[in-house]
Amino acid sequence: MAAVKPRVKVPKTASADEVITIKTLISHPMESGQRKDGDGNPIPRQIINKFTCEFNGQTVFSCDIEPAVSANPYLEFTAKVSEAGMFKFTWVDDDGSVYTEEKEIALK
Amino acid sequence: MTLTRRSMLTLSVGVAIGAVAGMRTGAALASAEDAMAKVMEFSGGMEPEAGTITLDAPEIAENGNTVPVSVSVESPMMADDYVESVAIYADGNPSPDVITFNFTPMSGEASATTRMRLAKTQNVIAVAKTSTGKVFMDKKEVKVTIGGCGG
Repeated sequence: MAAVKPRVKVPKTASADEVITIKTLISHPMESGQRKDGDGNPIPRQIINKFTCEFNGQTVFSCDIEPAVSANPYLEFTAKVSEAGMFKFTWVDDDGSVYTEEKEIALK
Repeated sequence: MTLTRRSMLTLSVGVAIGAVAGMRTGAALASAEDAMAKVMEFSGGMEPEAGTITLDAPEIAENGNTVPVSVSVESPMMADDYVESVAIYADGNPSPDVITFNFTPMSGEASATTRMRLAKTQNVIAVAKTSTGKVFMDKKEVKVTIGGCGG
């Protein structure tokens, strides 16, 4: 499988208690399990089924993903920043692989 | 009136049937009932209220493989009153589930955007559940030119 590459956009700084927007994208085929190959055999499902965003160890946002989400799943959500710290993003694949990415944010 | 488990069950079934019957007549959507059943399961049998939640999706999607969808819910997002989760369902897909967003007070706002697949022209439903036990729903029809579920 092609290398899975997560990409995340987080502002570098924020004022205290500001609500920031985070955008994430991960390259992944999100094989739905509905398609058939040339010989009519179903292609097994392989999707990213869970995404979590943590800030300094506390969960900010998470989602349960189903096959109806497009290939290269894109997620945009918000977070309230009350202190400087580290955002940690985790994607969980059907095959058990876990992809992570970290971004730091400072206070203005 | 006493609310027993049985009366609650009959009530929710009645509500589900009513909601399905209230949908656009003529459009025989295979799994519209499945989607409503999912909504009821998510809400714990509570009839969702309209308003507060806004579902944003294009009226016409040329390509059903990537349909942008965003949802936002008005909420103070404080520790004692926030939106716990928002689920999105599509009633004409092979399976109605699309995605479930789980928010926390640290989310700041209950809004999120993603891209989904739609097999054909159908209704997209968003349901929100708050920590105070309220359930809100919004629905939008998306016309799809090219379906996005393989084949």
